[in-house]
This record gives sequence, structure tokens and C-alpha cells, in this order.
Amino acid sequence: MTDLFTLTDVDFATSERQILHQINLTVTAGDSLTITGPSGSGKSTLLRIMATLLTATGGEIDYNGRKLSAYDPFAYRKEVSYCFQQASLFGDTVYDNLSFPYIIRNQAFDEAHALDALSQVELGPDNLHKPITELSGGEKQRVALVRNVLFTPKVLLLDEVTTGLDADTKAIVHHFIDHLNQHHDVTLIAVTHDETEINAANHLITLTNGQLEVPA
Amino acid sequence: MTQNLIVTPSALFFAVALVAIALLLNFKEKIGLEKDMIIGVVRAVIQLTIVGYVLTYIIKVNSVFLTLLMVLIIIFNAAWNAQKRAAGMNNAFWISLLAVTVSTGTTLILLVLARAIKFTPSQVVPVSGMIASNAMVAIGLCYRNMNTSFHDLRQPILERLALGANLKQASSGIVRDAIKTGMAPTIDSAKTVGLVSLPGMMSGLIFAGVDPTKAIMYQIMVTFMLMAATSIASVIACYLAYPNFYNADDQLI
Repeated sequence: MTDLFTLTDVDFATSERQILHQINLTVTAGDSLTITGPSGSGKSTLLRIMATLLTATGGEIDYNGRKLSAYDPFAYRKEVSYCFQQASLFGDTVYDNLSFPYIIRNQAFDEAHALDALSQVELGPDNLHKPITELSGGEKQRVALVRNVLFTPKVLLLDEVTTGLDADTKAIVHHFIDHLNQHHDVTLIAVTHDETEINAANHLITLTNGQLEVPA
Repeated sequence: MTQNLIVTPSALFFAVALVAIALLLNFKEKIGLEKDMIIGVVRAVIQLTIVGYVLTYIIKVNSVFLTLLMVLIIIFNAAWNAQKRAAGMNNAFWISLLAVTVSTGTTLILLVLARAIKFTPSQVVPVSGMIASNAMVAIGLCYRNMNTSFHDLRQPILERLALGANLKQASSGIVRDAIKTGMAPTIDSAKTVGLVSLPGMMSGLIFAGVDPTKAIMYQIMVTFMLMAATSIASVIACYLAYPNFYNADDQLI
């Protein structure tokens, strides 16, 4: 397996405090990495840095052998897709959200593909033109996830995407994500507090006070 | 014509009673605007008196240079006031100056070329003032709307960026809404003109004894020119302003 991400001495600080200290981490292609740790330990910040939504204030990050700063951020973010905790949907309908990835690529909306992706998270075709105000929290999160993967990314950064979901919806989301990892070689980097996800992790790291805990 | 205009300095002095009513209401309701109202009244009296004398001189001299200088001063002041609504946005003055200059300039040139107005100070200066002040209000509203939207809609913008949208794609909804907000007062007043309000220019001409049908023709021209000017100003200001909400790494600030 080749190294996809190499983080060397990565720091992140705001004017008020140091959030990440000297993070050294390697993620191999096809990996399924789980990051856990107490609230405020810098997990989401680390994920956002890897998504280029924030820039590290120190250290270096290589992606596919090139410095992160060398990539065009818009092309990179299409390849390394970040999914938010309690994702917010935009526009009026599910269609507005699922057509967006096509709009930003100047491509025609592929309805059959979108319906197939919705069915994989157990949302029927009637959901495509449903107003987003009529969706439950779990349905919204699944639509957001589908929005992220309509064009299969190389890396999926998942920021506590199952928080607040019921057990059945969690199972649907887990199955969908695992399928992407195992059958489409999507590298997964997931932040979670969920005990089940932590116990099932292939590769687990813990962040505490902005520092990676070295396994005993 | 002028026998219709009977506002004397003493009549104006008695009009101060109207300001007193506004001040009394303000005190009674504890609105807290008394200082601003007094400053507004004093500034209006001083500014309008000075402008009155300056306009009298410019109209009398009838010089192209002085007319253009007066137009430039109006544009500069409009841009300066518009950028105050930008709440610290980078380059807000230059963006406002460009937006007011292009909107006022384009509208004015078209009006002169179409011979709707003559290039004389008595026509160019007041019309420029009308265009620039409307552009100023539109730009100010655009800035305020953008500041609020970029603050309140932070997560949807981040989501769009995270999906790989470029800055224009991530901001398009906000930019569209800001342009709508900037143009809303002009469009609303165009819809209700004559029904709710008899606008300044038309009222002024009727006051001065001009045939109301002629005054109406001027007002129709004013309505059209203000629509053009506010749309040009809003579009320029919004499209030049939105990149200021992102940093050099194409991240939302």
C-alpha cells in the first residue's frame, strides 16, 4: 500500500490557543482510519486541515507525494471530500443538493445514478424532489453523504457523521461507507465518539489536547 | 413659475417645529436617536446651504470642467458613504468608487447621448446626484446583506467549498440575494411610483409650475435611469466584494 497522506509536525494555532501540536501521521491508500478523542482535542480541526478548509500553521502535509499547498484547492476538494457533522442541506429540495456536484463540474445531472445512490442509503426515488424541510435528521445526513460521493472521491473525510442518528440509520450509513472503502477503494478517515465505531475500527488513533497519543 | 415657490427663511424656521415633534417622540419613546437627529438636521442645513451657493455659481459659470468636478465630488462622496456599510471589508472604498463611477457614468452618458438631458450644469449635476445617491444606497444594502449572509450561512458555504465548488459557485446564492436586496428599494419604488409616492423630481417640477404630464415624462426617465444605475452598481459591488470573504488559500474567513 502506498502512502496517501503524510503529516509531519503539523501544528494549528489560533490567536487564542494552540489546537494541534506536532502531529505526525501516515495514512495509506485504501485505509480506513478512525480518529477519536475527547471534545475539543482538535479532531475536526485536523480533518478540516486535510480537507484544505483550514491551513496548518506549522509542519508539512503531503498528499500523493506532493505538498498539499501545490494542489489546486477546488480540484483537491473534489478528490478529498469532507462530510460535515449534522450536514446542512442547501436550496429547497433534495434535487438541489444532488445536482450541485454536477453543476460545479459543468456536467448534466445523471438522475439514474443519483437515484441508485439514494437507494443504497435506503432512500426511495420519491425523495429526489422532496423539500428538504420534510426530511428527518437521519434522511438529511444520508442525502448529504450521497452528495459527497456521487462522484466517487479518493478520500472521504467523515466528521462524526453518525452523531445523533438512530441505530438503524447508523447501520445503513456504516454499510454504505464500508462498501465505498472495500469495493471502490475510497480511503476513509473518520472522526467519531461512537463506541461501536471505535471498537470496529481497523486503524484507530486518539487525539488528546491536540496531540496524538502514542499507543502503549 | 417661481411664484409657486414660497419657502422663505422664516417659513423654514417654523418648519423646525416639525423636527421638534420628531425629537419629542424620540425622547418619549426612549429611542435614543436624538443625537443623530440633531446632527442630521444641522448637517442638512449646512450642506444644503453650501450646495445651494455652489450650484448657483456652477450654473452661472457654465463650465464643463466645473460640472465634471462637481460630478466627481458627488461620486467620491457616494463611494465614501457606501463603503461605511462594508464593516471593514478590504478595498471597500475602491470597489464602491468603481461601482458608483461606472453606474453613474454609464447612465449619464446614455441620457446625454439620447438627448434626454443636456450637458449643462443645471441638468447634469442634479441628475448625477440622484443616480449616485441611489447607487450609494444600493451598494450599502449589498454590503450589509453580504456581511450578514456570509456570517449566518457559514456552514452551507463551507459545505459547497468542501464539495469542490470554486469561490463564485460557493457564493452565488449570497451574491444573487445581495444584488436583489440592493435593487429592492428601486424596484419597489418603481412599482408604487405615483400610487404611493410622488417622487422628488416630479414633485419639484410640479411645484415649479411645470405641466404635470411633462413632469411625469421626466419621472419615467428617472425611474428607468435609477433601475439601470442601481443594477449596474449592485452587480459590480457584489461581484468585486465577495472574494474578500475568502483568504488566499480559498478558505472562508
